[in-house]
Amino acid sequence: MKSHISTTINGDSVEFLCDPSQTLLQVLRNDLGMTGTKEGCGSGDCGACSVILDGELVCACLVLGVEAQDAAIETVEGVAAHDQLHVIQEKFLEHAALQCGICTPGLIVSTKALLEENPSPTEEEARYFLAGNLCRCTGYDKIIKAVMDAAATMRQGA
Amino acid sequence: MSEAREFKHIGQRTIRPDGFDKVTGKANYGADLSLPGMIWGAILRSPHAHANIKKLDVSRAQASPDVLAIATFEDFPSVNAAAQRNGSQRKDLMDTACNIFANQKVLYHGHAVAAIAARSQAAAIAALDLIDVEYEVLTPVLNINDAISADAPILHETMMTQGLAEPATEASNVSARMELKKGDIEAGFAAADVIVERAYDTPTVHQGYIEPHATTVVFNDNGPSMIWCPTQGHFDVRARVAQLMNLELGQIKVVASEIGGGFGGKTTVYLEPVALILSKKSGRPVKMEMSRGDVFRASGPASASQSRIKIGAKMDGTITAMQATLHYEAGAFQGSPMGPGCMTVFTPYDVENLYVEGFDVVVNKPKVAAYRAPGAPQSEFAAEMAVNELAKKIGMDPIEFRLKNAAKEGTQTIYGPKLKVVGLVACLEAAKSSPHYNAPIPENVGRGLAAGFWFNIGGQSSVIINLNPDGTGTIIEGSPDIGGSRASMQMMAAEILGVAPSSLNPIVADTEHVAYNQTTGGSRTTFATGMAVVEAAEDIVEQLKARAAAMWNVTAEQVDFTDGVAHNLSGEDQLTLAEICASAEKTGGQISGRANINARGAGPSFAVHICDIKVDKETGKTDVVRYTAIQDAGKAIHPSYVEGQFQGGAVQGIGWALNEEYVYSKDGIMENAGFLDYRIPLASDLPEIEAIIVEVPNSFHPFGVRGVGETGIIPPLAAVGTAVAEAIGQPISSLPCSPPKILKLLMAAH
Repeated sequence: MKSHISTTINGDSVEFLCDPSQTLLQVLRNDLGMTGTKEGCGSGDCGACSVILDGELVCACLVLGVEAQDAAIETVEGVAAHDQLHVIQEKFLEHAALQCGICTPGLIVSTKALLEENPSPTEEEARYFLAGNLCRCTGYDKIIKAVMDAAATMRQGA
Repeated sequence: MSEAREFKHIGQRTIRPDGFDKVTGKANYGADLSLPGMIWGAILRSPHAHANIKKLDVSRAQASPDVLAIATFEDFPSVNAAAQRNGSQRKDLMDTACNIFANQKVLYHGHAVAAIAARSQAAAIAALDLIDVEYEVLTPVLNINDAISADAPILHETMMTQGLAEPATEASNVSARMELKKGDIEAGFAAADVIVERAYDTPTVHQGYIEPHATTVVFNDNGPSMIWCPTQGHFDVRARVAQLMNLELGQIKVVASEIGGGFGGKTTVYLEPVALILSKKSGRPVKMEMSRGDVFRASGPASASQSRIKIGAKMDGTITAMQATLHYEAGAFQGSPMGPGCMTVFTPYDVENLYVEGFDVVVNKPKVAAYRAPGAPQSEFAAEMAVNELAKKIGMDPIEFRLKNAAKEGTQTIYGPKLKVVGLVACLEAAKSSPHYNAPIPENVGRGLAAGFWFNIGGQSSVIINLNPDGTGTIIEGSPDIGGSRASMQMMAAEILGVAPSSLNPIVADTEHVAYNQTTGGSRTTFATGMAVVEAAEDIVEQLKARAAAMWNVTAEQVDFTDGVAHNLSGEDQLTLAEICASAEKTGGQISGRANINARGAGPSFAVHICDIKVDKETGKTDVVRYTAIQDAGKAIHPSYVEGQFQGGAVQGIGWALNEEYVYSKDGIMENAGFLDYRIPLASDLPEIEAIIVEVPNSFHPFGVRGVGETGIIPPLAAVGTAVAEAIGQPISSLPCSPPKILKLLMAAH
């Protein structure tokens, strides 16, 4: 028996039917066609499926679809305003903070959560906050530089 | 290449053309394609490491209305016939088939036995319970020592060791032996004042790409079937699937999706042929995904190794002899990177007397796949550790010791050619003057340094550049872009055509829209495909000159083309590239450039890494406190992505050295098949990775490029290993330097 769920994703009202065992990640990717959120492990270890659920950074693979009822969800698809990239996205490109790019959506969302919580992180704080987002290509160096630069730019803009 | 050239675009840090889609979630990776009517496939995998399949009964599954198709090894009826036709590839093709589906025998925990397609992923997984398999469990062989012991269970009854002096008469788990030599090894050791001889071992590790293998396949009887998958080589996927399924190349179209990391691990097929069988049987598009556990248990990994190294030197620092015996685990089927491991082990050194022998050993683990400079990290780890110990013994600085013996232009390699111009000495000099090497070693910190060598390859690449009537254009290439190569293609074409890089859109075309391209691997893409891009752009320049000449009523020889503008050498006329394109209709039609090449002259890349490590003496935990990666890029087309290759390779090597390893139970069950327990480096584990680009141009590439992708993973193993040894005051002989191992060494010392 599927549940009928009403939720908000990136500001849009969305309704979907889901099996009680389906994860939010499966709903986003397979039922809603929102494949920007990636799956790297399905067990909450890699952070590729990071989304913001009611203001909290979560792995969408560890949340059930039914938990989205009445929630506000933010995914990577909602970070840019139309074609205007968010500062975090611009800095990732400027610093070449991605190679294959599979971890990038999760890192963009996690960085957004970090900077909303702590607009002036030290490098060490950024490294620990983002420790749940695995990247196998970059060695994190350019990611951290992009994050620190985005933080500085956002502080100036604020 | 002796003079420094001025470039407009090469060497700039442009924004990559595929970047926007990747930071906004629009880019489509392997698991991102769904099609109308699509169903899902799932794979039943062996719970045992080594067993005979006594019975495989799919009748209950067949009877289920939920099951739309079933596939097993029996669905490769043509494998033997196809293998016969393919001659030398026979064994290899049979092994590929037997790896995709077990043939009467399972050879590792997670080995695929059968597959089912159903309407949802959950239904397909649930239906796997309807397949009945009876196993006769056999004793697993889990490491090199067990595999080569006299009473070892034999994995393949027909496997005879190749490469022995006397032909083998009995089946063995050693598939092959090889030997390389130069000079007189005995005389070399006799001339030495000091000799170091040690054994080293490295664990099974995984490439660890974040994107699991996935595919969506549509079988088509009346035209090419479509395979969508993340791969480093879609042309080779096409060839492999065609061989397995007895199809012609033209009957399959492979679309390379965006690829979420590969590092060598996405150069073969696992799911694609299975999905094609399921699609053919069900008449539906079929999607399959590996779980992370499947990825660890049944794809990749890289060989575990055992190495014995003996090196002799005079007190003045001259190395007189180097000897290695290298064993590589191949996994369940033959084919470890023993060859390149043997060839690279001592190549950073110009030494008279060398002797290397290698062994390829099968064990009950997944069949290994390439991993960044396959074979070299294991062998060069052992060699570099011994070199550092020897330098210390004779009281020489490790850089000075290497400079005294460094490979250079003219050095005779053990595997055949003499080295051309190479950058090892330049890298060592850069290391010597680096801020890191000149910084004092902090208290409780050990410092290690190591060098690395990798050949790099060239090979076949095909490129088409189409110009539009407004002067913008498309670069159609066929090298899957695994780390930003489209940016470098754009920059190289823009340099030749004298236009803005952003006016040229590079795309990685499917197998139908561009001619054959070799797999993205061997650090070949920026070198070989880049060379094809340059030739295609030069082809366009010639056409632009001819068109301008036609418009001016002069000969093409009277036209110069510089920085995107044609000049009439007999007058004052000028035409921009865009103006010539706008008039193309009147001068003979639209303009395309083309190049189909087999690139020769790949330039080897050497690297030197420096690592500082702090060890917590109470827990054995290690922290990398400073790290510098120095490498010869020949010419860095896009310096940010070159640095990224150095940094990424360094950190994969750090993971290999400090934490990563497959952990097996005595029954051969992999016990850490997930990112929680197979711990790759996290952002919080690492400091900044300082990257220093050395540029000793490769004269065989129009801009001097050397491949940079692979070398960077080689030096970290010994740089880290030596740093740990220095920090704890004990020799390191076994990777990873995980806390329990280090603690044991510390406790034994007290």
